[in-house]
Amino acid sequence: MKDAAVPEALGGESFELEASEGWLSWVSSVDHKQLGIMYLLGAFVFFLVAGVLALLMRIQLAVPNNNFLSPQVYNQFFTMHGTTMIFLVVVPLLVGFATYMVPLMIGARDMAFPRLNALSFWVQIFGGLMLYFSFATSGVNGGAPAAGWFSYAPLSETAYSYGPGVDYWILGLLGIGVGTLTAGINLMATIISMRAPGMSIRRLPLFVWMTLITGFLIVVVMPILNAGLVMLLADRLLNAHFFRADTGGSAVLWQHVFWAFGHPEVYIMVLPAFGIISEVIPVFSGKPIYGYDFVAASTLAIAFLSLTVWAHHMFAVGLGHPFDLFFAICSMAISVPTGIKIFNWTATMYQGRVRFTTAMLFAVAFLLMFTIGGLSGVAFAVVPIDWQLTDSYFVVAHFHYVLFGGTALALFAGVYYWFPKITGRMLDERWGKVNFWLTFIGFNLTFMIQHVLGMLGMPRRVFTYPALPGWEAMNMISTIGAFVLAFAVLTLMINIAISLRSGKIAGDNPWDAWTLEWATTSPPPPENFTRVPPIRGRRPLWDLAHPDRTDEMITKLAG
Amino acid sequence: MPGPYTANAFTLAPASPQAAAISNLFVGTLIFLSAILILVSFLVIYAVIRYRDRPGAPDPEQKFGSRKLEITWTVVPILSLVVLSGFMVRAMSASDPPTAEAKPDLRIVAHQWWWEIIYLKSGVTTANEIHIPVGKRLLVDFRSVDVIHDFWVPALGRKIDIIPGHPNRLWIEADNGGTYLGACAEFCGNEHAWMRIMVIADSPDDFAAWVKQQAGIPPKPVTADEQLGEKIYRENICTNCHLRSVGPDLTHIASRRTLAAGALENTPENLAAWLHDPDDFKPGSNMPNFKLSPGDVRALVAFLETQK
Repeated sequence: MKDAAVPEALGGESFELEASEGWLSWVSSVDHKQLGIMYLLGAFVFFLVAGVLALLMRIQLAVPNNNFLSPQVYNQFFTMHGTTMIFLVVVPLLVGFATYMVPLMIGARDMAFPRLNALSFWVQIFGGLMLYFSFATSGVNGGAPAAGWFSYAPLSETAYSYGPGVDYWILGLLGIGVGTLTAGINLMATIISMRAPGMSIRRLPLFVWMTLITGFLIVVVMPILNAGLVMLLADRLLNAHFFRADTGGSAVLWQHVFWAFGHPEVYIMVLPAFGIISEVIPVFSGKPIYGYDFVAASTLAIAFLSLTVWAHHMFAVGLGHPFDLFFAICSMAISVPTGIKIFNWTATMYQGRVRFTTAMLFAVAFLLMFTIGGLSGVAFAVVPIDWQLTDSYFVVAHFHYVLFGGTALALFAGVYYWFPKITGRMLDERWGKVNFWLTFIGFNLTFMIQHVLGMLGMPRRVFTYPALPGWEAMNMISTIGAFVLAFAVLTLMINIAISLRSGKIAGDNPWDAWTLEWATTSPPPPENFTRVPPIRGRRPLWDLAHPDRTDEMITKLAG
Repeated sequence: MPGPYTANAFTLAPASPQAAAISNLFVGTLIFLSAILILVSFLVIYAVIRYRDRPGAPDPEQKFGSRKLEITWTVVPILSLVVLSGFMVRAMSASDPPTAEAKPDLRIVAHQWWWEIIYLKSGVTTANEIHIPVGKRLLVDFRSVDVIHDFWVPALGRKIDIIPGHPNRLWIEADNGGTYLGACAEFCGNEHAWMRIMVIADSPDDFAAWVKQQAGIPPKPVTADEQLGEKIYRENICTNCHLRSVGPDLTHIASRRTLAAGALENTPENLAAWLHDPDDFKPGSNMPNFKLSPGDVRALVAFLETQK
């Protein structure tokens, strides 16, 4: 059996790669595992770049009336920080994990469209490079885009952003947008059509389920962004009038277009993270996910509701109370399915056997930090509170609790959980604990205090600020926190470097996990599986290990 | 007179009925949300400590969920959100009363990176510092001549976007005399940080006196320096901008507390330094560096300081 490269059941063509040596095997690869790794590495490089931008900004903000960065440079940095983190870090990290894991978790040999998979990755990377190329444009008006990640018109129009920065931003995002869109289509197609026999939709691992829903959201909203970008580009290069009030366009229209994409985008960045958490918590609690159906269905509810809440970013625009009210109530409604998830994850740990691995520490921290971000999100859905706090540092704190406290912590959990599968070696647990605590402390030090800064009237996106009472000390604390966070990232890099060389050999299933990716070797062979175990429930490897207590039997006994 | 930066910009120290409506709602919501946070944190921390892996711990029972619990943690949040929505609707009308019927008292025109303030009844025009009489509600009409800005004075209530082609209105008022600080809250380009605003609530008498003074003609320059300064101001290109709403109207500049929309305190030394090189304080602002000689700077400062 070992000699047969690919069993018949898993399909036809042989996996002999044409250029199977050196860097060329990566560049020309259409293998989902190699592409997944490249997604993760590329996103990590961009993460370091955007992190350095953040540190430079925090140095500038450490003291009032500071001249370390000029406003021109500061505005470029926060624009690039936000754009990079969203489009080139968080989404590609999640897509990367999905690209690597989804085929394994559903017992498939590869993605539905391997060549499209490669196209998605490379278009995304070149979009990113295009965006960063803007730094090389010279002249008085040169440099990177400086209109913010949401590029509000008319500030992003040629009348106020004369340089080519915003054009690079548009073209870069179009590239990235096409890459993300095709990746979304590919993931959906893979999950719908490539499942191994027995892997019914209702048996999908939750990470796969949430990736499916994310794919749906991507396919629905990325075209909205792409259309908006083309309209803005037409305004800038062809003298169109979509968003220019002085010639009959509407600045508010851009906000509608952008946020109709932009808010679902938040869920694109959060749902796969929920998926990672839904894998990690059960495994390290020794229990199946509590309320699978409800966790899965609430994901669907979140996805649909997320399409009806975009204008909660626009309460300050002055569109009228009835308008605001509709979007406020839809936004509040999202907290219900989100709450269902939080309670189910918590219930999963109840009466379990909680193993404090680094992955689990990150997952538990995710539960707490994401709850903070989610609750401050409820506060923002309450219109008058939004009127007071939007565009202040309170917002900066809120969305970092969602995207760092939520998504990033989940991603770290994912890194510690799946690193053994991807590399064949365990990450060091002692370095892991150092990494976790530095992250946890640094993150809270940086962002908790920013809630207070916002309440004290500090607007966001200011390159400096007057020495109002309290502002100075709090900004200094936040800056110190950012550096602690930077050290945390450094410890992760050290851990990866050490573990790659001398980490413990992982074996197939080091965590006693139950999903299919753990049924093959670490790292998996090019064809993924020599034999896919029988799938008779949601936890095939549990059933295999407990033939006397399979999930089916337990459910039957419980009646 | 308090210094420019000692005053109130705190969202939870409301100084108007509108701000109080938001503040009360905010405090109530914070308490409600904190209670949820404490509950969730307790449940999570209890679970991981009570059920941590210990030697000899039994294999956990494999439980798949409970319909009853699912219904509980679906229905209870829905009910509490319905209650919260009720409070929200009430606070919305209290914090942003209807504006359609009344005639505006004040027009605020937002520019990259300063505020033009026009009192529509008296015709007084000033910049960056709004005087209002205590206890009287004024209706403000907001316009933008360039990009999107946002008017935010936390102690007086909600913020409101100022969007080209989309005029907005808002009532502002203050219960007590004092200075209320705010800023542009929508990113508006280079000098967004130095687009600060100040609302000064005067007693009705002080306000009337202030309007009278602002509507009057400032005193004639007397000394040679002052007269030279006036000559430079009138005959060079200063007025090309400062009398045409490209830059702030300087007719009563000496009566203001700050320069350059809050970038620095209004003192003769600061004014001289500003004229010498505006980029030292507000790099990228639309005020050019005219490479004025020290003598011209001294004369201009002497003249402008008489413009009370």
